[in-house]
Amino acid sequence: MNEQNLKPDSSDRRAFLKAGAVATGTALAPGVLLFGVAQARAPGEPASDKVRWGMIIDTTKCASGCSDCVTACNTENGLSGATGPQDSQWIRKLNIRHLKSGVETSLPMLCQHCEHPPCVDVCPTGASMKRADGIVLVDRHTCIGCRYCMMACPYKARSFVHEPLTDQNPEVPRGKGCVESCTFCVQKVDRGENTTACVEACNAAGHKAMLFGDLNDPQSEIAQTMKTYATTEVRADLRLNTGVRYQGI
Amino acid sequence: MARVLHNLIAWGLLVLLASLLMAPAAVMAGVNKPVLERGKGERCVEDTEFMRRNHMALLKHHRDDTMRRGIRTTKHSLKGCVDCHASSKTGSVAASKEDFCMACHVYTGVKLDCWDCHATKPMKQYRPAATPRVTPLMVQQQGGQQP
Amino acid sequence: MPSQEFCLSPRECKPGQFWSLLAVGGLVMLGTLAAFFYLEHHGHVMTGMNNQIVWGLPHVFAVFLIVAASGVLNVASIGSVFGKKMYKARAPLSGLLAIAMLAGGLAVLVLDLGRPDRLIVAMTHYNFKSIFALNMIFYNGFFAIVGLYLLTLMDRRLNHWSKPVGLLAFLWRLALTTATGSIFGFLVARAGYNSALYAPMFIIYSFAYGLAVFILVQSVMYKWNNIQVDERILSRLKNLLAIFIAACLYFTAVLHLTNMYFAKQWEFERFILLDGGIYPLLFWGGQVFLGGILPLVMIFSRAGKSPATVFFAALLVVLGGHFQMYVTIIGGQAFPLDLFPGYAESSSFFDGVVHGYTPTIWEFLLGIGGIATAFLITTAAVRVLKFMPQDDFKDIELEAH
Repeated sequence: MNEQNLKPDSSDRRAFLKAGAVATGTALAPGVLLFGVAQARAPGEPASDKVRWGMIIDTTKCASGCSDCVTACNTENGLSGATGPQDSQWIRKLNIRHLKSGVETSLPMLCQHCEHPPCVDVCPTGASMKRADGIVLVDRHTCIGCRYCMMACPYKARSFVHEPLTDQNPEVPRGKGCVESCTFCVQKVDRGENTTACVEACNAAGHKAMLFGDLNDPQSEIAQTMKTYATTEVRADLRLNTGVRYQGI
Repeated sequence: MARVLHNLIAWGLLVLLASLLMAPAAVMAGVNKPVLERGKGERCVEDTEFMRRNHMALLKHHRDDTMRRGIRTTKHSLKGCVDCHASSKTGSVAASKEDFCMACHVYTGVKLDCWDCHATKPMKQYRPAATPRVTPLMVQQQGGQQP
Repeated sequence: MPSQEFCLSPRECKPGQFWSLLAVGGLVMLGTLAAFFYLEHHGHVMTGMNNQIVWGLPHVFAVFLIVAASGVLNVASIGSVFGKKMYKARAPLSGLLAIAMLAGGLAVLVLDLGRPDRLIVAMTHYNFKSIFALNMIFYNGFFAIVGLYLLTLMDRRLNHWSKPVGLLAFLWRLALTTATGSIFGFLVARAGYNSALYAPMFIIYSFAYGLAVFILVQSVMYKWNNIQVDERILSRLKNLLAIFIAACLYFTAVLHLTNMYFAKQWEFERFILLDGGIYPLLFWGGQVFLGGILPLVMIFSRAGKSPATVFFAALLVVLGGHFQMYVTIIGGQAFPLDLFPGYAESSSFFDGVVHGYTPTIWEFLLGIGGIATAFLITTAAVRVLKFMPQDDFKDIELEAH
């Protein structure tokens, strides 16, 4: 974990990014344009490994007690929002308290979209898979519901659907007997919206604690943030190279 | 007595055999053939005759393209089928036995598991669950204690 | 064929008893199937399993059966590979039990899948990086190799093949148990697993559980046919069992002692050994005392030479094995994942708290279906073919010296 003094001052950061964006926008306009085209790929074009979707969560901006990201995820993906031991949760608010200092932090925990996902390694049928653009998904057509991936995930990011479902979101098929988890709102990403429901909700609430983007695009806000501020991976000791990173812890 | 029994068995077998032979004949003759509601629009994405025999192959191919590679073309997508073929009565392709998918699949006795996960109604009819319950932030004790 | 030939024993024919055995096994199977269709319809919501305890009671029974299945083959291996005549006489029964128990264990695993209807997917799509997928190959291969091995044992013309095929079966079963242990050993994320010790430890467990099951089955077969087991045979089997039990205790001790050396594992060890509620109780009382120390004391006591004592010692080992699986599988999951070391965690998803698990009758019915499957296969096979150990006492005399 990083020390507290590594926390960036948010106003500085935004000012810097704005300046950076203007500078790159003028100096590298053709490059930016090119990349813009590549990102909004055509429906017939497969996801590219030139892109790696990721997320940075600034825990200093994440409000304790706010769960707008969770509600937005539930609405977007058709989850009931119930929180019993058998209910699915794709994203959850985690409250952590440092045992020595007593400092409390609130943060959203979701599938970390690892570069080397243990869930994909252990899946016997290959249903757990990582798309070329780094999004980790469950192919429900070949998931047999053995739950080995849930045993293997270090982040407790996966849920098993325990009962029959009806009236699913046509864009988010889900059903009994399969394992599921956060998809980085792949339906939105593939439409070219390049954002997720949780990030939109966090921005709408004015917290702006979550940032989604292409880690491989040096011009993207997320890549700039990665370059400028110290971010940490959860369970970095496992060397999974997660796509979701945290600031301020 | 034994002879009567013997005759009975022989006749029984004959009737059974005949009915077995008749069944496909009935299918071929189009008896009780399912009547399908016409889909929306001018025509299907492929010839009807072709779709009748190959829709499953198209869907499977498209499913892997979409799922694994992120290809989102609509021509052969399941969502496309649902958009055109949802019943005017139930609004669904599989809510009743007369609906588009079920009509043939019940007739031919082929089980479908698409609808365990996929929505049977078009996107424009989808209403997200009114108000998903907000996740309570307090810790739920699941009969456990802090380790 | 005259019905007298289909008997449990060549001396006495008891067809009524055979059918009543089948009826008992069939009744249990009926309960299992009822539970399966019930769960298939309603989903796992009717079980005590949840998003925290993802593997429950069915897996306890299933993994025990699979581990014991590979271990029970040891009796045959000692006979064929290491040339001991006394064990060779027991090789056919040992091979049969191995197949029957593996079938039972796998049946439970399959019936518990979220999508058991997609078994064909599991058989046609392999991710070779997954130890689970490798296990499927090991399990299927085990059936084939042990089946072939049984053929070489029971067909006189193929007898000379029994040694090489027996050796292959022996090596295969070692690989199989290694892979079974690795299912847990490879789980880097969880404090309770993530140890290379799981592979050899499961092999040692399998030795003890398999031999215990063998002793139980042999005792029952002898009893039903009014055969007195020879004291020398019994004494050798029970001494071997004692060595295996001691080795189990040793490996268990090493696992926990090494864990206690790593500061990051202290909390888990505290949980599983001291203050984790039911799990320390099951560990010390069930796995260590009932399944380890007590049978050892019984075997080496003065009454240790009586067949009844050996029978109950073996029964305790089997019981202790189930406790061990419960502690390993469910205890390992009950301890929360530590996402942020050095922090206390809380959320709506049961982070930072011990995960609760209350099994329901349905998963218990699924679990015992594995035992019923193994029981039915064994009963039917023993009746139609000659699996009863036939000792040549001259060999035993020779081997004793």
